Formats: sequence, structure tokens, C-alpha cells
Amino acid sequence: MSAIKHLALADGGPPPGAAELAANFGDLHAPLSRAQAAIEADACLYCYDAPCVRACPTAIDIPRFIHQISTGNLEGSAHTILSANIMGGTCARACPTEVLCEGVCVVNRTKGAPVKIGLLQRFAVDHLMETARAHPFARAPRTGRRLAVAGAGPAGLSFAHRAAMLGHDVRVLEARPRAGGLNEYGLAAYKMADDFAAREVEFLLGIGGITIEHGIAVGRDVTLEQLAAEHDAVFVGIGLGRAARAAVPGEALAGVDDAIAFIAALRQAADKASVPIGSRVVVIGGGNTAIDAAVQARCLGAASVTLVYRRGPEQMSATMWEQDLARMNGVAMRFWSQPVAFEGEGAVTHVTLAETALIDGRLVPTGRTDRVACDQVLLAVGQQMDALPGGPRIDAGKLWIDGRYQTSLPGIFAGGDAVAGPDLTVQAVEDGKRAAHAVDRWLKERAA
Amino acid sequence: MSVDLGCVIGGVPSINPFWLASAPPTDKKTNVERAFRAGWGGAVWKTVSQDPPVINVASRYGAHKLDGRVIGINNNELISDRPLDVNLREIEECRREWPDRVIIGSLMAVPEEGAWKELAIKLANAGCQGIELNLGCPHGMCERGMGSAIGQVPDLVEKTTRWVRDAVDLSVFTKLTPNITNILVPADAARRGGAHAVSLINTINSVISVDLDAMAPRPTVGRTGTHGGYCGSAVKPIALNMVAEIARDAELAGLEISAIGGIMDWRDAAEFIALGASGVQVCTAAMLYGFRIVDDMLDGLGRFMREHGYRNIADLRGRAVRNVVDWNQLDMNFDTKAFIDDALCIECGRCYIACEDTAHQAIRIDPRADGGRKFTVVDDACVGCNLCQHVCPVLDCITMRPVDNGLPPLAWPDHPENPMRLQPAMSAA
Repeated sequence: MSAIKHLALADGGPPPGAAELAANFGDLHAPLSRAQAAIEADACLYCYDAPCVRACPTAIDIPRFIHQISTGNLEGSAHTILSANIMGGTCARACPTEVLCEGVCVVNRTKGAPVKIGLLQRFAVDHLMETARAHPFARAPRTGRRLAVAGAGPAGLSFAHRAAMLGHDVRVLEARPRAGGLNEYGLAAYKMADDFAAREVEFLLGIGGITIEHGIAVGRDVTLEQLAAEHDAVFVGIGLGRAARAAVPGEALAGVDDAIAFIAALRQAADKASVPIGSRVVVIGGGNTAIDAAVQARCLGAASVTLVYRRGPEQMSATMWEQDLARMNGVAMRFWSQPVAFEGEGAVTHVTLAETALIDGRLVPTGRTDRVACDQVLLAVGQQMDALPGGPRIDAGKLWIDGRYQTSLPGIFAGGDAVAGPDLTVQAVEDGKRAAHAVDRWLKERAA
Repeated sequence: MSVDLGCVIGGVPSINPFWLASAPPTDKKTNVERAFRAGWGGAVWKTVSQDPPVINVASRYGAHKLDGRVIGINNNELISDRPLDVNLREIEECRREWPDRVIIGSLMAVPEEGAWKELAIKLANAGCQGIELNLGCPHGMCERGMGSAIGQVPDLVEKTTRWVRDAVDLSVFTKLTPNITNILVPADAARRGGAHAVSLINTINSVISVDLDAMAPRPTVGRTGTHGGYCGSAVKPIALNMVAEIARDAELAGLEISAIGGIMDWRDAAEFIALGASGVQVCTAAMLYGFRIVDDMLDGLGRFMREHGYRNIADLRGRAVRNVVDWNQLDMNFDTKAFIDDALCIECGRCYIACEDTAHQAIRIDPRADGGRKFTVVDDACVGCNLCQHVCPVLDCITMRPVDNGLPPLAWPDHPENPMRLQPAMSAA
């Protein structure tokens, strides 16, 4: 945690000025210098059949890319990363490495801390993005096939890039004005400083053969059926667009907001000071979105931020590292509590919290309650998929797919957060990549 | 038990076995004084010759690095580029101000008797306790008929050594070049010439690396580069072998050794002394870390000797020599197998891939219940080569365990499969 910046704000003091806001939302980790990268790369043991590779959903050959940093082959290193994961730049910044590659790094067992794989990956990819004169991947001879993609998030863009590489032309339909999905709208600003999501999209489109049309929501503005009729295949990567509600009285009060919408507004605001923030903020939820919302509320100048979660720290889906980040930034963590009422005259002024306990494996209220004053509530209790009228089969709230990424409708494939599996950028990138190969095989089989 | 690090090297008494080798660190009084203050027992002054002094170039050193650390340096620097009388005056001053330290004068000249004798006498008059003949410098000076140009011709090694012996009544150290095929030949020439000791090794001829932008060897002087002398820890194994070869040669018994070559710490020094050296000379370690590294050389060597019951350097000296044998004398019935300590294994797989790809396919991987991997040595396939132990990044995780097979020692000359073996039946007849 030592490399993490601390907030330049004082409790109860004046709201942060422009310089403080810039610092608060600047890079969470300082990037490695060339000298630091060389030292860090030398710490890698170059494991055989390395645990880090097996822990990476995109199976980046980590020992190889780190070895390439050691030998000074930075471009080759970035190529190793990007050929497995075209969004290696975002994943280097946003992956919960502490539970993936770095969590299983064998150096933990010799030095008590892992090789800084995430920062090394960022070093290599940033180097390539800053210096490469041309896109590092070439397209296969054109197949003449036209594919449609619903959603320009990590899954859709990863699919589009790989499909373009395989020689297909790809048309991406995106409801929002900017591409990148959660990379652009959902991750904490300090993880994606300097407009990285947009820069990465531009880099990715450098392969050619991909067009993005904005303002078109599949299911609202165009049906899947239409898309399927007009294209050789369709990939659905629409993610989970709708924030779940807490089903608690008073949710309609002003000041009770979706955390994901709060983060999106913050990410898109040219001037962070323009984003409204309460002085006493309560965040409800236990995932990384809850942490991102809570820490950023502090960054904006909220005097007190309390994160409320109905279970204990071990059950939180936010990693311990994320929880520590929140604590270090002055977020109060309140476990074993859930809201039962939001109160106020028009605008929220209090939230009533009920204490919970696990009894016989079931979460039950203990009967004790507490009334907490607040002027803003951010709900981060999960997201759901937008409805797809006439769409393929849904299973447990997500799109059902077979082992080859195909939905119940022939020629319509899906991946990312909209299908079952961990809701991680890195998983979405892997889904998109594999689905592109699956579609390519499907097209070849049909032509045969 | 108290330990005495005092010793006598080639007839010269020294308060400890650590001398600085003739090299840049001993070029000036300023440096030598700093070294003596730090605790070095002696210094072999940087090589002098007849005036006019040589002119050095920029740049001079190249480095061979591994994981960011320098494991070897090469240089194209010549001998002292200061006038002879300046060097002699500073030697005199040091002699006066540091009476308990050793100063050895190093010299080189073209193979003319007068030149060698004149320089040796001047160094003796300046107060040197011994003279070292620089017959090793492999770059620059050899192009002028000096340094290794003499050291590679046994006749000239003998002659120059005798000239110095005849000229002065001091200990004579003949410094040998490793750039030959058999170190025993020049060592024997030095012995015939009357040397009290040989100093070895001088630097090894080398091109340290190539600048791939300039397309020229490093260190690059303008647009070109030249070969230079290689030193530092990377050359230690070569030096140890040459020292051992001399130490175990019966004909060279009595010829002392002042060991040089990649001595970075007390352990390196102890190894050279165990192989027969009377003392050691150090350069690269000081150039990389400063003279202060002698602290632990003294402290570590003293503690090691106390722990193992060696009272003084003479007691430690040569202890390993009798165990250096020809391959033919190795016991072919000795067997040892690698053993992987499961509790220490971090599951990096380095032992496995080294053995699988390049050795004997003697390590097995089994899945663990927790999803990890268990590495086990297959004894039947393990030939006891040690490769896995060397690549393992964890201290003591892989150990070599001798196998008690009950077989008597058996060397190749007596091995039943040796076609050249003397047949017992025939020899009895």
C-alpha cells in the first residue's frame, strides 16, 4: 500500500480546490520508471508453467513478458501481453491482481510480497502505446464477413479486435456517447487517470475494420433479430446496464442515488467540482463499485463516508486490498448492517440501519437498529442486465451460452458481464477474444 | 581461541593476507593511504616503467552485468600514466608514514636487462618490500613488447625474473598471465628464474560487449574499441583452477602463490588460501564498493577460522590441495541424489524444466489437493548432477543426499568397463 497516494483533504475543512481535486483523482499508483521496472523484472523467477499465468483469465504469458522487460525488449513484451489481452493496459490498472496473478506469485513465499506484475504490465503496454508508430497486429486477408457487436465495452471491443484480426469487418453499436463501457464509465477515476480508457479504445481501433455507431441501444433502437438478419453473426456484450435497487422504503427520495451513475457522472465531468456530493455520505454495498464510490466521495470532499455492508469483511466481494484502500482514505466501514428505511422530507436526511447476524447460515436481523444522519446515499447493491425483447434464453438473470459462446439463438453469441462468470474486465476481454474465435469457426463450418 | 591473520607472503611479513593488486586503486598515494586507513595489509603499486609515461584513453572500463550487478569488468587502461619520479616519491612517503604495511613495486619494461634492473633498483630504493613483474597486461602494453608479450614466452619469464632477482635483495613476485594454454609452463619458468612467488591471475583477454548502436566493442573509444583485460567475480573459477594446478604440482613445491582473480569477500579469500595461496590481492571488489569492503574480509575470515579451529593463515593454507585430483582419480562408485524439501518448495517449477529439457527427466510433478504442484525427484532417473539444486531460487530447498550403496571406491583406471584397464590376471602373470 505504501506506493498509494493519500488524499489531500482535511476532515471538516473547506471543499477541495482544483489542485487538491487533481491530486485526489490522479493516478492511484505512480507508474514504474525504467530503472524501477528493471529491478522489479529481475525479481521474477521465470517460473515454469507459472501459477500467475494460470490465475490470469486471459492467460498472459507473464514470465515471458517480464523476461522481455529484463532483456530490454519492451515492444516484444507489450506484444506478448496484448496478443493475449488487447486491454492489457486497463487490466494492468484495474485488475484485482491481489487475488489473481500477484496473489499466487511464488515470490510471496520467499519475500512476503509478490513481483509487481500489474505495474510491470502497465510499464510495457504504456511504452508501446507511447512509442509504437503502427498498430502491433495485422489483419488476416479479408473474409468479406460482416459481424455486429452490441455494446462497446471490454467484451465487445475485445471481440471486435480479434474478429478484425481474423479478417472480418465489425460494426459495433453502442448506446452511450463514448466507447469503453465500464472502463470509461464505471472504474474509479484514479485507476484510469489521463483519459486512459479513451486512449486504449483509439489504440485498439488502430487495427482497422471496426466501426462504432453511438446512440444505438440494441433491444431499444434495433432488435437482435434485425441485426442477425443484416450480419453474418452477432456478438452481444451489453454488460449489466441497470443498477439494482435496494427495495427499501424511501428510495425515491432526492439524494438516494445509484453508485454506478455517480461514478459515471464523475468520470465524464470535465470539472470534478461540478459533481454534487453530500457532506455525510452513506454507501450501501460490498463490491468494488461500493469501494470505488466511497473513496471517490471522499476524494470529492465528503466530510464523512460510511460504507455499509450486510455481512462481514471476509464476505465482501471487494478484495482486502480494496477494503484497505477505503480505510486508508478515511472511509468508515460498517459491517453486519443493512438499510431498512431512507428518511427525509423530499431529500434524504437519515438512514435507519438494522443489525444483522448469521444464524445457521442464514442472514437475519438481530432486532437492533440505528438511525444515521446523512445527506446522500449511494446504492451499490449490484447491477442487472437490460431487457432484450425477443432475445435469447436467460438463465439466472444472465444470457445463457453454450461452450462455444453461442446463445440459444443461432448466430447470436455473447460474453462479458451479460453471461455467467466473474464480473471482471479481464474476464470480459477473454470472453470477447474466445467468442471471436468461436464465431470464426462457426462461420467456416457453415461455409463448408 | 585467538586467531592471527598475520602472515608471510613470498617472504614478506604482512599484518593480514589482504593486499590491493597493482591496478587503478593503487595508482596514487591518496588512494593507497585511504586503503591503508581502511585496513588493507598491503598494496602492489600500479605498474611503473621508464619515462616518458604512457597516455591513457577515454573511455576505459566495460562491465558485464547480471540482474543489475557487475560480475565482471574489462579495461583497456595501461600502466601508470604519471612520471616515474612522482610514483617513487609517493612510494617513499607511504613507506615512511605506514611502516606496518606492505608496499610492493610493480614494474614492466621491454625485455632488456638494463631496463629491468634499473627500475627494480629504483623501486627498492624507494622502500618497496618486494618487486612484482607485470608479465600479464593483455592489452596495449603487449603491442609494445611488454606485459603478456613477455608472459607468454617462458624463456622471457625466466630471464626477466632472474634479472630482477640479481638486481635487488628483495622478494620477487612474478605475475602471470592466464592467456596461455598451461599455467604450469610460465610458473615453472618463474621458478627457474628464482621467483619467491607467482602472482596470478592477471586479467583475461576479452571483449566485454558490443554496442549495437555504434556497432563497436565496449568500452568504445570514439568509434572503435579494443580487447581488454577481464576481471571480477566472473573470472574467479579460472583463477582458482590455475592456483590449484600450481599448488598441487610437485615440481613447483616451494613456489608461493599470491592469488588474484575475482576475490569479492572473505569466503573467496579463504578458498584461494585453502588451495595454497599465501595471501590474496584484490582489485575489482574495491573498485565496485570502495576500500571499506576489507572490513568484512577481515572480520569474516577471522570468524571462519576461529569457528573451524585454524589458528593462523599458515594453518589454513593448502588444506584443500590434496583433495584436488585428476578426473581419473574420482570415485565412480560414489552416488548422490537430489532431494526436494516440500516444506520449503515455492512451486516455481525451475528444477522441473531444467531437468526435463536439459538433463535426465528425473523430476515428477503431481497435483496437490490444494491445486498446487508437488515436485519429486525420481531417484532411478537422477544421476546426481546438481543442476536442479543450482537453479532452485530457495536456499536449502534442494539438497544433494549421498547414497549409501555399500560399494568400495573405484576409479576409472580400475573400472571394469575401461578398455585400457590393466588386467589383474595378466599383471599377475
